[in-house]
Amino acid sequence: MPTPAHPILDYLWIIPLLPLLGSAINGLLGSKWPNKIVNIIALGSTGLSFACALEAVREFHGYYETRHHAFVKPFFDWIVAGNFRAGFDLQFDQLTVVMVLVVTGVGFLIHIYSTGYMAHEGGYYRFFSYLNLFMFFMLILVLAANFAFLFVGWEGVGLCSYLLIGFYFLRQSASDAGKKAFIVNRIGDFGFMLGMFLLFRSYHSLDFQTIFDTVTNGNVGVEPIGTFGIMTVTCLLLFMGATGKSAQIPLYVWLPDAMEGPTPVSALIHAATMVTAGVYVVARSNVLFTHSLTAMYVVAIVGCATAFFAATIGLVQSDIKRVLAYSTVSQLGYMFLACGVGAFGAGIFHLMTHSFFKALLFLSAGSVIHAIGGEQDMWGMGGLASKIKVTFWCMLTGTIAIAGFIPFAGFFSKDAILFAAFNYQFNGKVLYGVGLLAAIFTSFYMFRLIWLTFGTQPRYDERKVHVHESPKNMTVPLMILALLSLVGGWVAAPALWGGRNYFAEFMAPVFGGEKVEGAEAHSLEMILSGVAVAAALVGLIVAWRMYTKGAKRPALAGAYKVLYNKYYVDELYQTVVIGPLMWLSRNLFWKVVDVGVIDGTVNGIASGATAVGDTVRHTQSGNTRSYAVWVLVGAIVVLAIIFWPILHPVLVGGVR
Amino acid sequence: MIPTGHYLLLSAILFGLGIVGFVFKRNIITLFMSIELMLNAVNLAFVAFSQALHKADGEVFVLFVIVVAAAEAAVGLGIIILTSRNRRSLNVERVDLLKL
Repeated sequence: MPTPAHPILDYLWIIPLLPLLGSAINGLLGSKWPNKIVNIIALGSTGLSFACALEAVREFHGYYETRHHAFVKPFFDWIVAGNFRAGFDLQFDQLTVVMVLVVTGVGFLIHIYSTGYMAHEGGYYRFFSYLNLFMFFMLILVLAANFAFLFVGWEGVGLCSYLLIGFYFLRQSASDAGKKAFIVNRIGDFGFMLGMFLLFRSYHSLDFQTIFDTVTNGNVGVEPIGTFGIMTVTCLLLFMGATGKSAQIPLYVWLPDAMEGPTPVSALIHAATMVTAGVYVVARSNVLFTHSLTAMYVVAIVGCATAFFAATIGLVQSDIKRVLAYSTVSQLGYMFLACGVGAFGAGIFHLMTHSFFKALLFLSAGSVIHAIGGEQDMWGMGGLASKIKVTFWCMLTGTIAIAGFIPFAGFFSKDAILFAAFNYQFNGKVLYGVGLLAAIFTSFYMFRLIWLTFGTQPRYDERKVHVHESPKNMTVPLMILALLSLVGGWVAAPALWGGRNYFAEFMAPVFGGEKVEGAEAHSLEMILSGVAVAAALVGLIVAWRMYTKGAKRPALAGAYKVLYNKYYVDELYQTVVIGPLMWLSRNLFWKVVDVGVIDGTVNGIASGATAVGDTVRHTQSGNTRSYAVWVLVGAIVVLAIIFWPILHPVLVGGVR
Repeated sequence: MIPTGHYLLLSAILFGLGIVGFVFKRNIITLFMSIELMLNAVNLAFVAFSQALHKADGEVFVLFVIVVAAAEAAVGLGIIILTSRNRRSLNVERVDLLKL
């Protein structure tokens, strides 16, 4: 057998399959094993998967040089009906390169970290089994070559997030949060499925290439703003799915509650990978979205609003993980803003850098919580900088990166997004302004977090809490992520001084040429960059002024109280949606439909059968001769039926 | 030559007597003999047809019926003997323990 030209690309399924194997082995057999063996399987499968992904990227580079199009390979038929086919087809292109490397790379680091963080927890094997399963579904999601197969991964990560958020399922709040995440995601999925059906109706296929080629090459006009044609509706439905998965207004409520899960889960699922699925889908469908200005505008507005809205809530939260959760929602808003204004490359760029620094921040927060013995309230921390130095420096790196200081990763991606928003044709300046305000807030709440956690004096009982630095297997991933948060943005750096934006050029085959650079645009970008850094600086200074001198928990009042209670959105949903739904379920669906109709039907059939049996059993007299009579009667009836054609005319004729 | 219809009539009469005996008698031995009577009535019909149609199928069938009847007699008499020992009676109306 000749060796294939692309050993990994030709067997691309190996990348998702490895984590699935790890999950199956650990999940089925791991309960009796010591942690070490579970580690070997979990880390081995993800590490190998990462290695395969790297090799696939290398091979794809050569492949693209010669063929100049995405690598698509069908492996297996899944649904075949008439001339419709949805298969287990995998696709590899520039967008996949970024996503696969982020998922496997950051995922692998988080796996390493988890071996330290979860070392003393029960259900160790179960945790790693879920984590690997999550990796599998996420890889399916980013590698799939059609919407149907993508949806498999899409639902799978929803399932895994449910399992992992509710990992401490003995705690009521954790299991509730798991259910909340699952149900809210289902609402989005509903829209996503409708979007898929519409796509199928329009193009009779769900393959990315077929649909996008048809749209690109066919005479599909761009639907102008304010109109709701078929393309707009399709895109908005797909975007509805994305708002669920990527925690955008109005379906963002599950993500902050998802912090009930173990911290590595928050880092993996709710920062670095799963929540990016929505952004990925929008970016993947960029051909569709660019054909509907209305849908783009909606995406931009929702993204911008979410970025601002979540940032304001983040300003006052006291739980360290909740601050980061709202910051995630806010940053995802930036990504959608980028996609909405047409800068898909910038959105994916921010997705990548965000996955570095947000994973870093979450893992650092986990390290802090680990060090201080489970405390999550920032008002119960303080003065930790000198005690856990590695964690402090790593977290500071992540903070600087997310705040957007040059030359950290967040600066380049956020700058690209704000620049694109500024140039957007519909209210671009407004979107830019709101985005900039959100950037100030971001900088503020992140430095507030740093000061409350690491700065000033300890506010916990130093005699009781023994603060200790985390073990090596937790700090090393932190340091790697910190390095990535520093250098991750440099691929786009030359653009700043008039050079080439390598990231945008790399992504060009997927997103098309995005913008034409001119000297004028360039000087504008320089100014906007300066403004962005100034915004970050403002946030930093305000936080410094407020929290350096003896911070104490403020009283809940006025706007602070509204923000602290997250604008009462959860309460609003409770009253407007959940309450009536519960009432309806209890009084109509339970007491009338379930008890009355369904139980009534089942019980009615049963009691009817009993009544009939009660009557009919009297024929079973136990008397042999009466049975003989029944047999005789039966025989006569059968004979009469058989001979009816003969008997009938005789009888009728006889009467005449 | 006796016409086939006569054989069939005789067969029907015998079968009817068997039925009447089975339904109205109480002694198990009598019931048993009624069954034998019906079987033989059927046998008679078989051979009559076989003769009329010049085919051997009916005669072969008769042999089968006789074999089955012999087997049935063996098992049936065994049951009757056990019943009479257990009940001290051959009245079929007292064999109704399975009645609910």
